[in-house]
Amino acid sequence: MAKILVPIKRVVDYETKVRIHADGNKISEDGVKWIVNPFDEIAVEEAIRLKEQKGDVEVVVASIGPDGTSEQLRTALAMGADRAIHVNTDAYIDSDAAHRILAEIYLRDSFQLVIMGKQAIDSDASQTGQLLAARLGLPQATFASKLVIDDSFATATVVREVDGGLETLRIKLPAVVTTDLRLNQPRYPSLPGIVKAKKKPLDVIELSGLGIDTAPKVRIVSMQPPAPRKAGVKVGSVAELLDKLSNEAKVI
Amino acid sequence: MSRVILAYIENNGVEVPKGSLSTIQAALLLKKAHNYSGLVGLLLGGDGTEEAAKKVAAFGLDEVLYVKNNLLKTYLATNYALAFKKVLETLAPTVVLALADTRGRDLMPRISQHLDAGQASDVIEFVDGGRFKRPMYAGNVLATVEITTARKVVTVRQSAFDVAKSGASECPIRELSIDISADSGMEFLSFDTVKSARPQLVEADRIVSGGVSLKSKENFEKYIVALADVLGAAVGASRAAVDAEYAPNDWQVGQTGKIVAPKLYIAVGISGAIQHIAGMKSSKTIVAINKDPEAPIFDVADYGLVADLYQAVPELISVLTASKS
Repeated sequence: MAKILVPIKRVVDYETKVRIHADGNKISEDGVKWIVNPFDEIAVEEAIRLKEQKGDVEVVVASIGPDGTSEQLRTALAMGADRAIHVNTDAYIDSDAAHRILAEIYLRDSFQLVIMGKQAIDSDASQTGQLLAARLGLPQATFASKLVIDDSFATATVVREVDGGLETLRIKLPAVVTTDLRLNQPRYPSLPGIVKAKKKPLDVIELSGLGIDTAPKVRIVSMQPPAPRKAGVKVGSVAELLDKLSNEAKVI
Repeated sequence: MSRVILAYIENNGVEVPKGSLSTIQAALLLKKAHNYSGLVGLLLGGDGTEEAAKKVAAFGLDEVLYVKNNLLKTYLATNYALAFKKVLETLAPTVVLALADTRGRDLMPRISQHLDAGQASDVIEFVDGGRFKRPMYAGNVLATVEITTARKVVTVRQSAFDVAKSGASECPIRELSIDISADSGMEFLSFDTVKSARPQLVEADRIVSGGVSLKSKENFEKYIVALADVLGAAVGASRAAVDAEYAPNDWQVGQTGKIVAPKLYIAVGISGAIQHIAGMKSSKTIVAINKDPEAPIFDVADYGLVADLYQAVPELISVLTASKS
């Protein structure tokens, strides 16, 4: 049986207006809605599709975060993942710490593929997948928009969205693949899926018990809102709009 | 101990893309602002790399190193990381700097992992020796971050830095011969330059985006795509329009899609959800066309037209078409 590891991150919902906490170096979590990082959701979807195509595949989702993180793991289970691992911690986890923890999870089992989002929509660092591949000495294919895996899970052909075009690579498995938008459109969990998810295994591991150094290598010193845009004007007609664009903004 | 910056400079054969000149400019700024003792440029590639190295010799770098190897002819993360690590055996830079384009984003974490160094991605400003400004939450937050390790890896956002100007005296150029093994588990198969009459979203000077008010895929084609075509613009869409399947996922502009900053961004029938605004608010000129005068998109628009898109867009298309011919 082939096993796929899908690391997912709990992030603030993209429909939430982020507010900077009074401490000035983090986001206020009051009344915030949490979701699965949308790029990771694409990764979960892709792993489930591989399972549906090939049959004998186990999809394991893993996440690092506080108690509530189990909710995002349940969402992934409801979509169709088989089991979940929750590394429980309240600590601030940067990309470096995250990849060390994920490497430990990877090494406890035998996975043929790691697939995860190309970046999280909070930190926007785009590092964890590549760090993980490097630590484990694995090939990587980032920003994947198409993924084809042979039946023996020995190689993958990956189309990558890179500057100026699409690059096609063949990589040996096991490997780390990170997902871009075009790869798929994630499904919504079905009602039977949600019911089934409640019975699927979700292991909670305390981070402190893993003995991994997770001191951040990149610390957030302060946060500020970006400079606001200057208030614009309303125009009364298409003709006026075109006049402004051509003579004032000089963009057409 | 000398404090040296190593800047990774991309080349495609003999070509040195414009982004590489922004890399050099950012590295020069960092060196000057924080008194680094040296700035070394590094090029990795196959044939043509020596010529490319010569091209960047007069931009103010202290030395240019290059590695020419057939296994580096096409970019592969594993081979490039291997060559990079060998270079780092002979040189111990304090900072490794590269561009935050798809190659830099792909490659640099492998270098950070090797150096056990913290990495700040997508840096737009150098605050002091170890502190950097970078956007988070799709630009909704500007963070100052500190890399706590002695050695640091930084990728820089191209649009935040000018291109370096040549004119300095030529610095020494040195070839490093490096052996790397052939089997890295990765194989390059092909590269397709995306052939489209329309420009790519992230590179476009003009973008026309449509929202859920378009009501159907057919309308999206008839109004948004048609307006984009007459303007020579790329086509974007709100997440709601993508979720409703009026537009494909890779047209999505926003925090969960593409972050864009064209000269002209026209939002049609888009209310202005937070996640959409996060993806386009850095555009130079923003136009909003929406029949709801209270729509939040008008808060970020330079020019707002409160109108029914089904009347305004055909009128725009017909005037623009007439003025073109």
